[in-house]
Amino acid sequence: MPELTMVQAVNHALRDEMRADDEVVVLGEDVGLNGGVFRCTADLFEEFGEDRVIDTPLSESGIIGAAIGMAMYGLRPVPEIQFSDFIWPAFDQITSELAKMRYRSAGQFTCPLVIRTPYGGGIRGGHYHSQSPEAYFTHTPGLVVVVPSDPYDAKGLLRSAIQSEDPVLFLEPKRIYRSPKMEVPDDDYTVEIGKAAVRREGTDFTITCYGAMVPVALEACKKAAEKGWEGEVLDLRTLLPLDTDALIDSVTKTGRMLVLQEAPKFCGYGSELCAIVAEKAIDVLEAPIKRVAGFDVPFPYTLEHVYMPHADRVLRGIEEMMDY
Amino acid sequence: MLQILSPSGDVDSAGLPDLSSERMVELYRSMLTVRTMDTRMLALQRQGRIGFYGTCKGQEAATVGSGAAMTADDWVFPALREGAVLLMRGYPLEKVMGQLVGCSLDPTHGRQMPCHFSSREHNFVTLSSVIGTQISQAMGAAWASKIKGDGNAVIGYMGDGATSSTDFHCALTFAAVHKVPCVFFCQNNQWAISVPFEKQTASDGIAGKAPAYGLPGVQVDGNDVLAVYAATKEAAERARNGDGPTLIEAVTFRLEGHSSSDDPTRYRDEAVVAEWRARDPIARFRNFLELEGLVTEALDCDIQDEVKASVDAAIVVAEKAPPPEIDTLFTDVYAQVPHLLKEQRDDLLAHEHSDRENEGAFPL
Ligand SMILES: Cc1ncc(C[n+]2csc(CCOP(=O)(O)OP(=O)(O)O)c2C)c(N)n1
Repeated sequence: MPELTMVQAVNHALRDEMRADDEVVVLGEDVGLNGGVFRCTADLFEEFGEDRVIDTPLSESGIIGAAIGMAMYGLRPVPEIQFSDFIWPAFDQITSELAKMRYRSAGQFTCPLVIRTPYGGGIRGGHYHSQSPEAYFTHTPGLVVVVPSDPYDAKGLLRSAIQSEDPVLFLEPKRIYRSPKMEVPDDDYTVEIGKAAVRREGTDFTITCYGAMVPVALEACKKAAEKGWEGEVLDLRTLLPLDTDALIDSVTKTGRMLVLQEAPKFCGYGSELCAIVAEKAIDVLEAPIKRVAGFDVPFPYTLEHVYMPHADRVLRGIEEMMDY
Repeated sequence: MLQILSPSGDVDSAGLPDLSSERMVELYRSMLTVRTMDTRMLALQRQGRIGFYGTCKGQEAATVGSGAAMTADDWVFPALREGAVLLMRGYPLEKVMGQLVGCSLDPTHGRQMPCHFSSREHNFVTLSSVIGTQISQAMGAAWASKIKGDGNAVIGYMGDGATSSTDFHCALTFAAVHKVPCVFFCQNNQWAISVPFEKQTASDGIAGKAPAYGLPGVQVDGNDVLAVYAATKEAAERARNGDGPTLIEAVTFRLEGHSSSDDPTRYRDEAVVAEWRARDPIARFRNFLELEGLVTEALDCDIQDEVKASVDAAIVVAEKAPPPEIDTLFTDVYAQVPHLLKEQRDDLLAHEHSDRENEGAFPL
């Protein structure tokens, strides 16, 4: 089995879906001859040609508007937004149009398309190449929001997303784009959308996380284990629709929840997880919920290593919960 | 296309702008400064000493010529490649280097990636990496200047890629309707990362778009500093006289990769680059200055040495400076630090050390 990076896994998912279905097209800035600034679309232009691997003018609202039109008309577009920080010109198309097309036409028009976009910090990208925008989109009914945390899932989830009948925002954690590598099968396996995964079993506390925070959670659990506390790591994988059962099951088992996210804390995606646990399982909690998140400031350049949640900061949160 | 100095060395004497000998040499020095800085900073980036860099290489005439045509009171809304305009306004090289290194010498506390300068004192507006957004802001600032009646003009820079953004459309639409004193300056360097001009627009140039919006469009040889100066000066005067906005398209070429993260050999033919290298804007201007007797070989060497020495000295200063204080993460989000943010800051300061390591290079 080949060892792939997440970038290569994404590339293979696109390639395989394009081979399997002539209606799958890729469009975006620099996705053609250049193969994407992160190389996710490498070699697709050569294999599928300029009608299916399309370099667009520099307009994100144009890219998504075009993709919506294509999808309604019967193609399966996979538009790329070069960095999720540049998705905002398309926010109107995504939230007003894409998310509501099925509902407002009572199913007469649908938009099976996947918006792929790298997101998150850890690469010295400053304000505009680092942000985590998931909460803006998980607040929008009609969208599916998926975040892989390793190459295997990236390929399997992206293939599911492209085959899905609903519009998917596929957020790719670019901090772990190029490492680690892992074995990724060449066959056409998929990973089901809407299912979380337990990455580490534990009995004392649960960490909820996704994307590039999964390895951070695992590292923190290792450190906690040295103190005799066994943590469970729940990788949500699909943020919307949420695998609520997996969340409640894990918290019920451990009795403590630490919500980990890279995005600013206030009104972040993790806040919804807190609310759901408060509604459905507050009686199982043995300590107050702890949130470890980015600070409520714009994403910084020089001090990004201070901004990004890291294992020691997570460990402090764990200690607070365990010492409660 | 407006041209005063042709690539082959011909001079359109009638078109020569009214610039003193000293000003001409100053323009030359500015062009050399940015070229020197570009070469040094790209090398520093390769050595991992700065995180990112986007050069102006090949576009020095367009940048310096347009920058020189505006007055110090006029506001500048730059894009990625117009740092030279700030230097020409007297901004110290150490602070430029401070921003590039991201250290405490940077008045904006290393908050942004390199090449994102900002100086209120120099009427040089803070830029974002988001392509196009500054175009409509420049229009708005110019509109405010008109409402206040202060007689200033505003210049808004953009690349050819940015002309596909929604903001370009809004900015030109509004500006023409309200006759705002704005100079829209498009550096058509033929590329938006890997996307060539003909995939950006099927229009025959950018200047030609202006009449449809109701404003004049001027196409100028962007490698001819005097032509760029003359065109921008005229547009600024129109703006000041109440005749409204102008769109200038400087036809030029991006000689380097899009940025330090880019490998242009993947998508463009070296032969085309070589053609444009032969039209080097600095060589063209030096040739003219030598013919006019304004620059001799000896003087040229002196200028080059001075420029190199000052760039190198500024790098040393910036690299010695400490990183920004952790506290600067939390200031300027609001006028006052709100209570929840204070909590986050106090908690961090109680635990964090600023010496954690960083990670590798990515395409930005
Ligand atoms: C809204 C937005 N979309 C995409 C990007 C990524 N990006 C950065 S520079 C660039 C190309 C810009 O081309 P152009 O406007 O011609 O300016 P140039 O870099 O050539 O000076 C792209 C696509 C961005 N920064 N902002």
